[in-house]
Amino acid sequence: MLLHRPLSVLLSVLASLALAGTALAADLTALVGNLTSGGLSERAAAITALAASGEERAVPILEALAAGQLYTRNSDKLAVIGKVDGNRLALSEAISGKSAGSAVDADLERVRVNNRLRGVIEAAVGSLTLMSPNPRIRAEAADSLFTRRDATALAALDEALAAEKDPRIKRSMSEARAAIVLGSDAPASQKLAAIALVRDRADRDSLGILMTVAAASDGEVKTAAATAAASIEQSLAAWQMAQNIWYGISLGSVLLLAAIGLAITFGTMGVINMAHGEMVMLGAYTTFVVQDVIRTSAPHLFDVSLVIALPLAFVVSGAIGILIERTIIRFLYGRPLDTLLATWGLSLVLQQAVRSIFGSSNREVGAPSWMSGAFQLGQLNITYGRLWIVVFALIVFASLILLLRKTPLGLYMRAVTQNRPMAAAVGIRTPRVDALTFGLGSGIAGLAGVALSQIDNVSPNLGQGYIIDSFMVVVFGGVGNLFGTLIGALTLGVVNKFLEPYAGAVLGKILVLVFIIMFIQRRPRGLFALKGRSVE
Amino acid sequence: MKFGSIMRTGLVAAGLLAGAVGSAFAQAGDTIKVGVLHSLSGTMAISETTLKDVVLMLIEEQNKKGGLLGKKLEAVVVDPASNWPLFAEKARELLQKEKVAVVFGCWTSVSRKSVLPVFEELNGILFYPVQYEGQESQRNVFYTGAAPNQQAIPAVDYLMSKDGGDVKRWVLAGTDYVYPRTTNKILEAYLLQKGVAKEDIMINYTPFGHADWQSIVADIKKFGSAGKKTAVVSTINGDANVPFYKELGNQGIKAKDIPVVAFSVGEEELAGVDTKPLVGHLAAWNYFQSVKDPANAEFIKTWQAFTKNAKRVTNDPMEASVIGFNMWVAAVKKAGTTDPDKVIDAIIGIKVPNLTGGVSEMLPNHHITKPVLIGEIEANGQFDVVWKTPGLVPGAAWSPILDDSKNLKADWTKPVNCGNFDTVANKCIGKAAK
Repeated sequence: MLLHRPLSVLLSVLASLALAGTALAADLTALVGNLTSGGLSERAAAITALAASGEERAVPILEALAAGQLYTRNSDKLAVIGKVDGNRLALSEAISGKSAGSAVDADLERVRVNNRLRGVIEAAVGSLTLMSPNPRIRAEAADSLFTRRDATALAALDEALAAEKDPRIKRSMSEARAAIVLGSDAPASQKLAAIALVRDRADRDSLGILMTVAAASDGEVKTAAATAAASIEQSLAAWQMAQNIWYGISLGSVLLLAAIGLAITFGTMGVINMAHGEMVMLGAYTTFVVQDVIRTSAPHLFDVSLVIALPLAFVVSGAIGILIERTIIRFLYGRPLDTLLATWGLSLVLQQAVRSIFGSSNREVGAPSWMSGAFQLGQLNITYGRLWIVVFALIVFASLILLLRKTPLGLYMRAVTQNRPMAAAVGIRTPRVDALTFGLGSGIAGLAGVALSQIDNVSPNLGQGYIIDSFMVVVFGGVGNLFGTLIGALTLGVVNKFLEPYAGAVLGKILVLVFIIMFIQRRPRGLFALKGRSVE
Repeated sequence: MKFGSIMRTGLVAAGLLAGAVGSAFAQAGDTIKVGVLHSLSGTMAISETTLKDVVLMLIEEQNKKGGLLGKKLEAVVVDPASNWPLFAEKARELLQKEKVAVVFGCWTSVSRKSVLPVFEELNGILFYPVQYEGQESQRNVFYTGAAPNQQAIPAVDYLMSKDGGDVKRWVLAGTDYVYPRTTNKILEAYLLQKGVAKEDIMINYTPFGHADWQSIVADIKKFGSAGKKTAVVSTINGDANVPFYKELGNQGIKAKDIPVVAFSVGEEELAGVDTKPLVGHLAAWNYFQSVKDPANAEFIKTWQAFTKNAKRVTNDPMEASVIGFNMWVAAVKKAGTTDPDKVIDAIIGIKVPNLTGGVSEMLPNHHITKPVLIGEIEANGQFDVVWKTPGLVPGAAWSPILDDSKNLKADWTKPVNCGNFDTVANKCIGKAAK
């Protein structure tokens, strides 16, 4: 008896432990079962229930659900997480995390989510990961709770706040807490403290919260929220100005890229090249072909695809430019109207040729990882893609200037364009230089195509959208003057972006056009007119 | 030498003559000509070329089944080159010179408006397969795409619902031409009617092919941070969409924060975009390639075999072309002739299965019944249907929401026989309404 007692206690403890264990697993199975069955509207409750269980597996399961990677297997109705692995999906059991072989799409039924559920999941994962050992995940969790303002996360936040050591994360956690408090029916004193916290964050999100509070409450809280919102608005207005200038520079750099090749063919050679836009388009298609080859044969090179495409685009567009110059344009020198018509016809031929080869639909050109996303500079939102395009435009511009000023080829080009008979007299082979100059202008257009493939459609019509803008920039900046093109492009970019918010995109464009017409009336040679004997 | 060249000329001439005679015989006897009026070059080629291929495929399939009324169908393809006046010219050529029995064609509303008088004058039949702004019903035209009440209104209803995110603030962004302007006019009136405040609606228009979306997307972000759930209703057309979506992705606007529901973006348009940053943004159509239905699976298979490209996608206007074609075939069979007047009378009430598991019917107002589906963009460029109307929605030619059309109805059966019948004054307005 005496001996039996401890043994039976031990046994019963063991039994209850085992029972608890199976109960937990059964619990998770039931929770995941609820998640994978039923319609979209029941799924929200299932998500909250799973999150509330505090299970360790809840986070990976919910994250898989949000990413559309949670499936039920058709053969045995098992909940699995599928990650793309070549043509198949590598499966792992949702509940245990153990590997479960692989499958193709048709063997699986995906557990579907919509935008509302993604929001619910974000809030749930946010409150579950507040205590994560990884500071980045904790910071993300605090941020998502700030935007989601899920009242059920308040307890978890308080707990996390008490444990948090990192002052920056602690700050965003208390901001998230303040945002939740402002949405609840907490007493006014708490709300006032929360308003002060949210005000100091001073971005668009906090402005939104404060405006909601100002609209929904009364008395002291209403005034405090309204004043705080007004002060944020004021500081944002200054940032808005800076943001507009940045957008203007960015648009200007795109115009510069598109126009700079034309500044050579039209500006210095005087050829009205209506097929200039198509040279840009060919550059963009070269990028597409390069990426296509990389995707199929060397996926790890994807991030450098644009670097590989640059020289190729230059060569392709440049070679076609030289071909056009040798076969068509050289017979038309001094006949601007004929050149205009011939090159316009040529642009249609090139478009249709590309359409026949690549099809009429858009082609996908992906962004390498170093060109995706954005970063915040104060309240300034700068996207990496645009930043690189600005840098690239300036590099192209600088190298072109160097080429023209410091190389023999540049010297010949300038000599031929300034005084052809004299250049010929001193032994320069002018036809050759003509061809090379035209090739250079076209090649640079090809480079522009690589950059534009990142922000615009890669379709046969790509070039058409830029040809008018390019001519505008060159004429406005002063024909034959590269610096004029630079200043012209940036001016038009910034003016456009300042007009757009007030006048709208359509009217803004019209106003810019009217402005240029007026300007050309007063200064027919553009901003920076060439002076000297070469100007007739 | 000389003799030889004369001989050659003679031979060529004889050949031409024989060809001409042969085709004249073909016209008279064995074939029914079907006109295809879609742009194969220019800006709209991107969308319209596909529809031309669909009609060619349908004709091929029909001929495999033995043709129509014992005759083979013969396609007559012309290229109006995205040039609106040329549409009218080419339509005249099809009807007068080629004497086609029916025309499938047009994409933009302005091209349709430009051919309307030609079809009316020469009494032809046009099947128009694209979603459009409504406010029109013409005796010679059959609209198999969505009217606003079959696309725009249900999409807005969905966003207002709890599942759609309970949206309170609206950005109506569109390209500056007739379809977005009319649709937005209807939507604005509808939203105001639903109690949305005027300052909670932002309307923005951009030119065709607009490429620099930085400040507009920033504006949308700003508009959306006023503390109320915001959504963008996009009637942005064609080429401008890719840079728009790229900019949305770049500026980090996620679908769960500010969803964009588009009326002109389908599988074809997404083929040129990296869709990973766009997951969750929405589109409203009457058909998605991802719909699981045996008829759809069959259609996709035939299409990919016809184009010899296993990756070719299908989209909504293609389904509308299929429905239109099948309705015309059924109507010709019912009438026993391709005579336009008889076909126009016979086609009302014709029912053909659509590709999403339902049966669409041609209504007396020359619009059809269709289901409305809302799909979320997936990472693979397809759409996941998150909502659909319980039944089929009949297309309304005239919007009951706008003041100047709420009393109008279209009915091309006896005794009304009118495209814009004023139910209050009880008379047909006729052409004066334009």
